[in-house]
Amino acid sequence: MERRFTSDVRFDVNGHTYELSVDNRATLLDVLREQLSLPGTKKGCDHGQCGACTVLLSGRRVNSCLVLAVTCDAAAVTTVEGLSSRTAIHAAVPPDEPPTLHPMQEAFVAHDALQCGFCTPGQICSAVGMLEEAAAEEVDLDEHEIRERMSGNICRCGAYVNIVAAIQEVAAR
Amino acid sequence: MTTFLTSLTERATQPAVGVGSPRIEAWDKVTGRAPYAVDHPVPGAAYAWVVQSTVARGVVHDVDTSRALAEEGVLGVLWHGNAPHLEPVGDPELMVLQSPRIAYRGQVVAVVVATSPEAARGGADLVRVREEGTTADTVLRIDHPALYQPVQVNAGYPARSAIGDVDAGLAEAAVRVDATYHTPAEHHCAMEPHATTAFWEHGCLVVFDSTQASTAARDALAGLFELPPQAVRVVNEHVGGGFGSKGTMKVNTVLAAMAARLVGRPVKLALTRQQLFALAGYRTPTIQRIRLGATAQGRLLAIGHDAVSQTSQLSEFVEQSAVLSRHMYAAPHRLTTHRVVALDVPTPVWMRAPGECPGAFALESAIDELASAGNWDPVRLRIDNEPPVHPEERIPFSSRHLVECLRDGAERFGWSGRDPRPAVRRDGEWLLGTGVAASTYPSITWPSTALARATADQRFDVEVNAADIGTGARTVLRQIAADALDVPAHCVAITVGDSAIGPATVAGGSTGTASWGWAVTKACRLLRERIHRDHGGRVPDGGVAVRADTTLDVRDRPEFSRHAYGAQFCQVRVSTVTGEVRVDRLLGVFAAGRIVNPTTARSQFLGGMTMGLSGALLERSILDPRTGDFVTGDLAAYHVAVNADVPRVEVSWLDEHDPHLNPMGVKGIGEIGIVGTAAAVANAVHHATGIRVRDLPIGLEHLVPRSR
Amino acid sequence: MKPFEYQRAGGPASAVATMTHPGAAFLAGGTNIIDLMKLGVTAPDLLVDVSGLPLRQIEPLPDGGIRAGALTANTDLATDPVVRTRFPAVALALLSGASAQLRNRATIGGNLLQRTRCRYFADVTKACNKRRPGTGCAARDGEHRDLAVLGGSPQCVATNPSDLAVALALVDARVELLTPDGPADMSVHELFRLPGDHPERDTNLPPGALITAVVLPATPIARLSTYRKVRDRSSFAFAAGSVAAALDVRDGIVRDVRLAFGAVAHRPWRAYAAERMLRGATATVDNFERAADEELAAARPLRDNAYKVPLIRNLTVGVLRGMTEASW
Repeated sequence: MERRFTSDVRFDVNGHTYELSVDNRATLLDVLREQLSLPGTKKGCDHGQCGACTVLLSGRRVNSCLVLAVTCDAAAVTTVEGLSSRTAIHAAVPPDEPPTLHPMQEAFVAHDALQCGFCTPGQICSAVGMLEEAAAEEVDLDEHEIRERMSGNICRCGAYVNIVAAIQEVAAR
Repeated sequence: MTTFLTSLTERATQPAVGVGSPRIEAWDKVTGRAPYAVDHPVPGAAYAWVVQSTVARGVVHDVDTSRALAEEGVLGVLWHGNAPHLEPVGDPELMVLQSPRIAYRGQVVAVVVATSPEAARGGADLVRVREEGTTADTVLRIDHPALYQPVQVNAGYPARSAIGDVDAGLAEAAVRVDATYHTPAEHHCAMEPHATTAFWEHGCLVVFDSTQASTAARDALAGLFELPPQAVRVVNEHVGGGFGSKGTMKVNTVLAAMAARLVGRPVKLALTRQQLFALAGYRTPTIQRIRLGATAQGRLLAIGHDAVSQTSQLSEFVEQSAVLSRHMYAAPHRLTTHRVVALDVPTPVWMRAPGECPGAFALESAIDELASAGNWDPVRLRIDNEPPVHPEERIPFSSRHLVECLRDGAERFGWSGRDPRPAVRRDGEWLLGTGVAASTYPSITWPSTALARATADQRFDVEVNAADIGTGARTVLRQIAADALDVPAHCVAITVGDSAIGPATVAGGSTGTASWGWAVTKACRLLRERIHRDHGGRVPDGGVAVRADTTLDVRDRPEFSRHAYGAQFCQVRVSTVTGEVRVDRLLGVFAAGRIVNPTTARSQFLGGMTMGLSGALLERSILDPRTGDFVTGDLAAYHVAVNADVPRVEVSWLDEHDPHLNPMGVKGIGEIGIVGTAAAVANAVHHATGIRVRDLPIGLEHLVPRSR
Repeated sequence: MKPFEYQRAGGPASAVATMTHPGAAFLAGGTNIIDLMKLGVTAPDLLVDVSGLPLRQIEPLPDGGIRAGALTANTDLATDPVVRTRFPAVALALLSGASAQLRNRATIGGNLLQRTRCRYFADVTKACNKRRPGTGCAARDGEHRDLAVLGGSPQCVATNPSDLAVALALVDARVELLTPDGPADMSVHELFRLPGDHPERDTNLPPGALITAVVLPATPIARLSTYRKVRDRSSFAFAAGSVAAALDVRDGIVRDVRLAFGAVAHRPWRAYAAERMLRGATATVDNFERAADEELAAARPLRDNAYKVPLIRNLTVGVLRGMTEASW
């Protein structure tokens, strides 16, 4: 029997359904970036050690560098591009159309919770996922709790103080 | 002031400089639209993957590429047998795949290019490199027989300085400190790995590059590939952090260009996180001896600072660790020395506050030790030894407000009444302590060019080849331009990050705002003059453009000692059970000239202090002496601070006016936040526990109680 | 990473049957195996994806125990209210591990089978008896600050990196298996092993077996259990040392105690000697110290990891002392 090293998958990203053939080795991260033209999700370490690649997979935050795309059949993925308004999420939409920001994105801008910006998509997806987790667990998100729960997202520029402030503002709404 | 533009309908109601505002590109960054080096849509791109040497010193006999080339999707393999010739440009690290010689472990020995990232990585696994290694010399030691004193250290400082007689000063002193401090190799770990997209078009080379200096990168590429500079374009619109590691070009850029030429299509090359530990530079480890002597009244008589660091077999890089001791404190007897040894290791590079960062850990720890030994308050001791002029060069300071930073910081922190006794404050299992250290960083300005253009519809385009690596450069340069033009900031469009704009200096050494801002100011002022003088205050239909170059302005500045200063205060807890250290509070006060944008400036200071905290407690690149590689080569083993490590951090600055800097009066703020943080933490740990840690990072092995 | 085939398992039995395929490996959460495949440490020819199998239920057992499907995400077990009440050490251990993202993806079965984080195991250019038997151990004279002080062998000083495993060892948890010969089960104590002359074997799991569930047996003392982990940074790091403990003190006398150490050995280290010494003894700091010393008398630290011995000793005393004071 011939060995097959590729697989056909179908999954939703930011509300759009994609059907594609993927190399079994390809991570969700690489497929988002290289096949689906969604480079907002970043590769900082490729080993689940930095959080820059965080996306929401079926509603939960995960490191997309440690998810094989082939395992995502029938899954729904939200990337940073999908957090802002629906019209802006598809690669075909001209980039000059201004998106409507998600409240977490707004708060990151307002608190200057970013510097180089490379970890920012992962921080924001992670923060959005964290708010849902905390709501499900009925946990109060104080500063300490936010710091611990956001520790899977490294920011080498050292914007943590502002990141926590931004998240606190959204959490308080 | 009346506006220069008689037809202008919108005028600035207040200066833009000094007003906090979000960074211009924040929207692009929070939505994922900001394109970094390998984010640009490039149809038909191929992917390159690097193969590295596994010996630290030796030779490549042969590279068998046959299995890799047989792999589906692999387009080609580069190695020294088939790589294009490169012309030397002064950095031997860039002469990649030019010879079989291996100078350090992890050096690039081949590059696989393929149609997908998976095929490129899979192909790289199949490249067989036959290499032969000989015994490598990889460990920095204070007694290394090959240590030598270089002529110069980095930034052009002399390796040695001597005033008076340090030994005599020490002999005369009532209180002395003689201590040796070790700082480890550290890696920058910018979140964006070094990455490049490269393509050739009609004989011209275009690269999207993760670089802090696209003008310098363009010149290096032009030299390496023997092209006229105008045939090379380097775009670095967004850079995911650098901290010095992207200050000079690294091999990723050269290899991507080579690979794109090999396969005749665009190539994306992103180094892996692991590869960066050999290929993207690091801060050298240092060994520093500090000798201090003071009178019974706490006046310094002697300061000795001897620094040892390493470089590679490829080029001489000498960390200027002792240079700050030449101006921090007054003393009649002074000696600073630097020695270096060339090892079979990758070449160290600049890392945030090169020199000052490791140097301040040693000096500012030693000052604290002196304060303890003399039973003096460490804030007071520093204030009492404030020099009126540069104590070695005998030239005036352009401005210096270290004393004010110390006083203001002490006030904000609640320092007064501090019980100096170590190991007496307890909260449950935790011992509490506080510490202080001073910060400094030179204020350097380099020549740059900028272009300012007015259009008939009353818009202004300002272009300067700055690199915004997360500093907020774009944002502050627009503010500077708006004030120079006397228009509201929103009337100004600013473009940075493209070598096609024209020559400008590196985003490094805290020089950016001063250097680019001066060129922007000059261009904008010239534009005003031009419109007024040549066009009667009206912008003609075709617009008006002016290019400015500050080379002569910078050269002709009068002689001053120009530095920013600061003071950092820290409060820690140390567990008496485990030895864990938790920083509860960090407070920094800085005097760094005029602050252009309080929002982005605060972030810069916060970021520097956060990285300083990280260095104090966590960061350490451990080299295996048997193999010459950093075994802590990923983000699971090389620990940088995570969110949970970073407490309340407070930042403030003095309103400092210095007329001797540049037209904006700015000193630069990218580095100073990291200088002294580690000493403040170590001093607080000593105050908490009575244990003086002289080796960074401060870890469990230093502090876990060994007996009851 | 070399090309491999991919199959989605139809059921537990068919998944186990595919393990006869040479080079086959299970894929669950993938947070460790994908990491290792990228490094070339593991190079399967066939990945059998078991992540879709219905093994995610957490069932409180009427006797006070809990049975959790092996594919339960770390997050889900950690935040389960019954687990938090009956087995707080298990919840605390899980929450102290990795990051929220990894805990969302990682499964408890996979967690128990994760490989050591020894730097030399992860580098295919270095000698490692665990990765390639007979090549030697580069860690023993190399960078071993994080490695074993107990139960190491000349061939291997790797540590088991799992926090969960330490808490499971504490409560005598069992794992249910499906093997090529049918269902089986074993205790966590039996599952893990010391490296000895065969460090290539992390566990005593039968070849081709799939962990289908983790069973936390009814353990009243576990309601008073805790887990304390020490690491270089405040979060998102493997342990430098950890202690799981459960203590029942009445009238100043230790009625029952359980202790397990993490990050000190090739397996979670149940401190049986210390437990024996403490049972029936007065709950004093002196006795806690003696018990910890008794257990750690077997420690054989290497050049750079000797700090772990006082760390574990102090942690043990500190945790037991805290629990004693809390029970007053």
